[in-house]
Amino acid sequence: MKKNLTPKERMAIERVKMPEQDPQRRIGNFEEVNQGLTEEQAIREAQRCLLCKSRPCIAGCPVRVRIPDFIAALAEGNLPEAARILLADNTLPAVCGRVCPQETQCEQVCVRSAKGAPVAIGYLERFVADWAMAHPDKLPKEQLPEPTGKKIAIVGSGPAGLTMAGELARMGHGVTLFEALHDTGGVLRYGIPEFRLPKRIVDTEVKRLLDLGVEIECNVVVGKTVTLDELRQEFDAIFIGNGAGLPVMLNIDGENLKGVYSANEYLTRVNLMAAWRNDHPTPIIHGKRVAVIGGGNTAMDAVRTSKRLGADRSIIVYRRTEAEMPARIEEMHHAKEEGIEFILLAAPLEILGDENGWVKGLLCQRMQLGEPDASGRRRPVAIEGETFELEVDVVVNAIGTRANPLLTATAPDLKLNKWGNIETDENGATNLPGVYAGGDIVRGGATVILAMGDGKSAAVAIDSFLKQKN
Amino acid sequence: MFEVLQNDTLAPNVHRMVIRAPRIAKARQPGQFVIVHPEADGERIPLTIGDADPQAGTITLFIQAVGASTLKIVSTPVGGSIRDIAGPLGKATDIEQWGRVACVGGGLGTAVLYPLAKALAESGNEVTTIIGGRSKPFIILAEELAAFSTDVLVATEDGSLGQQGFVTNVLQELIDNPDKRPSAVFAIGPVPMMRAVAELTRPYGIKTIVSLNPIMIDGTGMCGGCRVKVGDETKFACVDGPEFDGHLVDFGLLMDRLSMYRDTEAKILEELPKELRDKIIKVKR
Repeated sequence: MKKNLTPKERMAIERVKMPEQDPQRRIGNFEEVNQGLTEEQAIREAQRCLLCKSRPCIAGCPVRVRIPDFIAALAEGNLPEAARILLADNTLPAVCGRVCPQETQCEQVCVRSAKGAPVAIGYLERFVADWAMAHPDKLPKEQLPEPTGKKIAIVGSGPAGLTMAGELARMGHGVTLFEALHDTGGVLRYGIPEFRLPKRIVDTEVKRLLDLGVEIECNVVVGKTVTLDELRQEFDAIFIGNGAGLPVMLNIDGENLKGVYSANEYLTRVNLMAAWRNDHPTPIIHGKRVAVIGGGNTAMDAVRTSKRLGADRSIIVYRRTEAEMPARIEEMHHAKEEGIEFILLAAPLEILGDENGWVKGLLCQRMQLGEPDASGRRRPVAIEGETFELEVDVVVNAIGTRANPLLTATAPDLKLNKWGNIETDENGATNLPGVYAGGDIVRGGATVILAMGDGKSAAVAIDSFLKQKN
Repeated sequence: MFEVLQNDTLAPNVHRMVIRAPRIAKARQPGQFVIVHPEADGERIPLTIGDADPQAGTITLFIQAVGASTLKIVSTPVGGSIRDIAGPLGKATDIEQWGRVACVGGGLGTAVLYPLAKALAESGNEVTTIIGGRSKPFIILAEELAAFSTDVLVATEDGSLGQQGFVTNVLQELIDNPDKRPSAVFAIGPVPMMRAVAELTRPYGIKTIVSLNPIMIDGTGMCGGCRVKVGDETKFACVDGPEFDGHLVDFGLLMDRLSMYRDTEAKILEELPKELRDKIIKVKR
C-alpha cells in the first residue's frame, strides 16, 4: 500500500462503514452490535485524514487526544506507535471508541466534514485500543516516575475516577479508588449494556490501572462506610466522582406497581447483576410489551435491552420529537433497525395496573411543541383532552438522574448548588482545600467523555496543589 | 473479602455470624444494615447489623437461610470469607427517651430488633420485649434480650413456649394494663405481623416504629427498587429507612412488591439440589 498519499488521493477515499451484527440476529443476543474494523479497513480510513495544520479535532475532544498523530501512525501501519500516543492521552480508549458521541465532538469539527463525511475518528480509536489490548507485548513498558509519596483518594470508579486514577498514577502519586458497589466501572459496568460496551473491556482497562499500582477497594460507600472528613485526614487530596446515582421519579399514579422500573434498576439488574444471562439467578420481569419513558442514551439502552430480553413490542415514549432527543444518532438508528417503536410527543399521565398490582398499561398525554425553553429546545405542551392508552406490561422510567446525596449529606461544609450538585471551579476544585470533584456529581447527568475530561483536568490541578503543599 | 470468625446456629436455618469488617464496625449505628454479596454472580442481600465491636473490628449478622444466596452465606465456615459486604447503610434508629417502650420481634425479626432494643435500653428506656415464633425452636435471643429488658414475654403459635398465640395478644395485655402501657412500640418481623401491631396500636395513638425489608439492590438510593409508600410520600427504604412510622406505611403495597419475583424464586429453588431445597422449604413451610 502506498504510504505518501496526496490530499486528492486522501479525499477520494470513502468513509468506512462499521461492520455490524445483523439486526434480526442481534436482538436475540447481547453481543456487541458494532463488530470493529479490520486492520485493512482501519488503515485505509486513517489515510482519509488530511493531516491538516489546524487540527480542530484535538480541541473537539474533552480529553485532548492527539488525534492526528495517532491516526498518522495508524495510516503508516505503525500500530505500536499509534497505541502509544492514544494510551498516553486517554486512560479508557476502548471505552471512548465505543460510547463517545464523536459526531458532536472530534468528528463534528473535522475539516473533512465541511465537504462530506468526517474521518471516522471513533472507529479508529476503537481499533487502535482493541489492538493494544490484544497485543500488550508489543507496547513499550510504561516507565513510571519516582513515587512522590503523596496519597490521593478517589471516590467512585466510574469514568471520571478511572481517568483520574490513571493520570495521577502516571505522575507518581499513590492512588486508592473507593467504589460503593461490589465491582468497578460505575456506569460503565451497571449502566451501559454489554451489546454496546462488553464488560471485558472495562475489566481490561481497570487491570491496566492495577498494573500502574492503583489500589481499588470495593464496597466502600463514602458518606456511610467512611466520611469525607475521615478521608481528608488520611489522604493528601480527594477526588469525588461518585456520579448522579439517584433516579428522578415520574411522580404519577401507578409508579409503584409491579413491573415499573427506574432505568437504573432495570439496567443494573441486567448489566451489573447479569440478569441477561439465562444461567444467572438475578430476577427481572421479561415484559412482552415494554414502554421506556425518555429520549436519552439511557432510554435507548433500556429499550434495546428489553427487546433482547424477549419483548414483542419495545416502545420509546418521548414528550418531544426526534430532533430534540438527547440520544446519540447511532443509538437511535440502531434502535430503529432493531424494531424499536418511537411514540413521540407523548408524556406519561398514569401507569395502569390490573387487580393483582401488575402493570397493564400506560396512559399518555398527547403533546405539541411550543416556545423554546432554557435548554433551547422547544417546550412540550399538552394538547388538552388528547390522551391515549398503551397496552404494556413493563414500564421503565429513563427520564434522568440527579446527584445522590449520600456523600454530600455527611459533608456539610462542601458547597453544593441548588440541585445538590457539588460546586467546583473550572479545574474541579471545590470550596474545601484539597477536595476536587468531577463528572455527573458536578454536571448532573452528562456523558462518559465529559466525566473523563473532568478527571483529566482535575488530575493536573491536584498535582499542582500537591506540589504547592510541599 | 470478609473473614468469618464465628458461625452458630440459633434456630433451624438461623445463623449468628461474626465477621471481620473493621470499617463497618467503626461506623455502624443501631438500625443500620449491610448489603451482603456472597459470590461473584450472586444476589445482593440486605441484612441488619445485629451488633458491632469497633475495637475488635467485627460485626454480627443474623441470617435466615431462605434461598440459594442466604444458604450460601450461612454455609461459610469459620475461617472462610464472604466476598462483599457494604455498609453501614440506611438511617440509624432515632433513639429517644420514651420512658416505657415495647419491642416486638417475630421470627428472624427478633434478631433485627436486638440492636435496637439494646440501644433503647442503654439510653434509659424501660424495655419490655415480646418475642413470637411458630414454636419453641424458632424463639431466638431470649436470653440476650433478657440482659437489658425489664421483661421478656414469649408467644408461640403452638404454645410450646410462653403464651399460646401471637405477639399481638401479649401486646394487647400490656396496653390494657395502665402500669405497663408503652409510650412507643418497635415492631420488627414478617410484614403481616408488623401490620397487625400497627393496627393494634393505632386506636391508642401509641407511636409505632417498624423496620421494612423490601427488595433492594444497591442500598445507596441509586435504583429505587426498594420504594415504599409512607403516608402520601414514596420513600426509598435503603436511604430514607429502613425504619418508618408504622401507622403511615402502606403494608399492602409492601407485601405486593415483595411478591414481584415469586415465580423466579420458586424456579431457582426448584433447581437447587433436593437436600438443600428440603431444608429451605421446611423453614418456609
